[in-house]
Amino acid sequence: MGNYIKLIALGCTALFAAVAANWGRDTAYIVHAIIILGVSGYMFVRVLRQIDEPVQATPDGYMDDVIRAGVIATGLWGVVGFLVGVVIAFQLAFPQLNFEVLQPYGNFGRLRPLHTSAVIFAFGGNALIMSSFYIVQRTCGARLWGGNLAWFVFWGYNLFIVLAATGYLLGATQSKEYAEPEWYVDIWLTIVWVAFLAVYLGTIFKRTEKHIYVANWFLLSFIVTVAMLHIVNNISIPVSIWGSKSVQIFSGVQDAMTQWWYGHNAVGFFLTAGFLGMMYYFVPKQAGRPVFSYKLSIIHFWALIFLYIWAGPHHLHYTALPDWASTLGMVFSIILWMPSWGGMINGLMTLQGAWDKLRTDPIIRMMVISLAFYGMSTFEGPMMSIRAVNSLSHYTDWTIGHVHSGALGWNGMITFAALYFLTPKLWGRVQMYSMSAINWHFWLATIGIILYAASMWVTGIMEGLMWREVDANGFLVNSFADTVSAKFPMYVVRALGGVLYLAGGLIMVWNMYMTIRGGQRVAAPVGVPAE
Amino acid sequence: MDTYSLLREIADSWVLLAMFIFFLGTIVWAFRPGSRPVHDETSQIPFRNEDRPGDAARDTKNEELQS
Repeated sequence: MGNYIKLIALGCTALFAAVAANWGRDTAYIVHAIIILGVSGYMFVRVLRQIDEPVQATPDGYMDDVIRAGVIATGLWGVVGFLVGVVIAFQLAFPQLNFEVLQPYGNFGRLRPLHTSAVIFAFGGNALIMSSFYIVQRTCGARLWGGNLAWFVFWGYNLFIVLAATGYLLGATQSKEYAEPEWYVDIWLTIVWVAFLAVYLGTIFKRTEKHIYVANWFLLSFIVTVAMLHIVNNISIPVSIWGSKSVQIFSGVQDAMTQWWYGHNAVGFFLTAGFLGMMYYFVPKQAGRPVFSYKLSIIHFWALIFLYIWAGPHHLHYTALPDWASTLGMVFSIILWMPSWGGMINGLMTLQGAWDKLRTDPIIRMMVISLAFYGMSTFEGPMMSIRAVNSLSHYTDWTIGHVHSGALGWNGMITFAALYFLTPKLWGRVQMYSMSAINWHFWLATIGIILYAASMWVTGIMEGLMWREVDANGFLVNSFADTVSAKFPMYVVRALGGVLYLAGGLIMVWNMYMTIRGGQRVAAPVGVPAE
Repeated sequence: MDTYSLLREIADSWVLLAMFIFFLGTIVWAFRPGSRPVHDETSQIPFRNEDRPGDAARDTKNEELQS
């Protein structure tokens, strides 16, 4: 019966997509209609071939296939996202790289959202989905609820990524930072996200452990809050059902406030709460000891979610937003420093008694540097949210440096550690193919981040000071073009930092490939003389 | 009273108080007497059920692998 309903739904979708491909008003919409036509047609045939076949009994072990797919997707999307980042970093330093033949698709303006979405949603999102599926099963002692629904989440989410990415290149965007995809892509993500929530909650409901482990609290808050943010920030009316353009319901300062309520909580709940869920599982696992203080983790959780949601207005200092609202955002951002550092200390102190592993275990080292960057960027962020500091830092590259010390340092490093933890486990290997390659990755990534963050601090503060510099008569000293040419050396350094980070990512993908293919590199034992 | 003022009034009085009390309540709850054994037990969850779901006997083999 279920299969017949699926067939009808897929058939209708394919038919609608075919009509849409014909009547579509813009390229992005037509291309998306063709993609959806292909996917739903393929799924139609697939379901048709399985119809009335005897139903396979559900295996009673953990559902790990979907996590394996997620691990591979995370690694691949990661290097794609880093590569696009390196390309646009060089485009900023050398504008000639906006090649004439590639216009408008290869323009910085279109590649930039491709980069941010590829690293945050494709790399980070796949990392969160696959590790939350892994963590919820292990900490609940239960197989994923909902059978193949988890596969729907995985493929549905990656279809969302493909639609979003192709949409940016073809010019479909609603111009909201980190929420660029147009209305039908938003609707699709909502469906996928509800399925994700159902799988996650269903697994928690059928758990065999009495208590819900703290990692699940963080991951659940991430899923629930992202659903709320996504829906509210994307309330829009399509201009036509046959086109990608839509119009936002909110306008003016309300729209700006909604956008940054969304934008900052995407940082708070997607890039922080979700990844903290990973941290609270993988750090204790890799260190082989329970979390330093479970009480602190509970307080960390409640303080984080109670405070983060109010911090958004600090993105709108000195705008039409009322002063009281931006002061509120500023105050909550500063208070947020405490739970953030509480969490960092909790993660680092988990290694108490196991600090020697820092010398021998490159995965632990990645976790420690990741927590260190979490601490640094959650200190820098509140500082930049102070109105007086913000008057210098806003609209400058300092912001970009801050974001990348958090994203490359905290999110990237903890994800790499999780991938190095999961790859051997999921494919039944003792450890990664090459431990020294992990070490290489660690140093390349760390040096890359340092080059990136340091050059962006220098250029950001320089640019901020140049913008506000006035002469004795009160005239501005520098034109905008003066700041652009002054920033050139730092832009080159930043791009080189990106190259190092990308190189680390490529080494990781190679290492994962070799681990999955099987076998382990036989390293010559150190300090044993040849016989 | 218009909707904005009404919501604003409710938000910065009773809702603020309720959220603050809930927040303090979570801290009190975390430090309640007798919570230590519960928390110690809960913090061990990642080291159980490594390979199999459910009440399977604790997987000592994997714990050895970890250490």
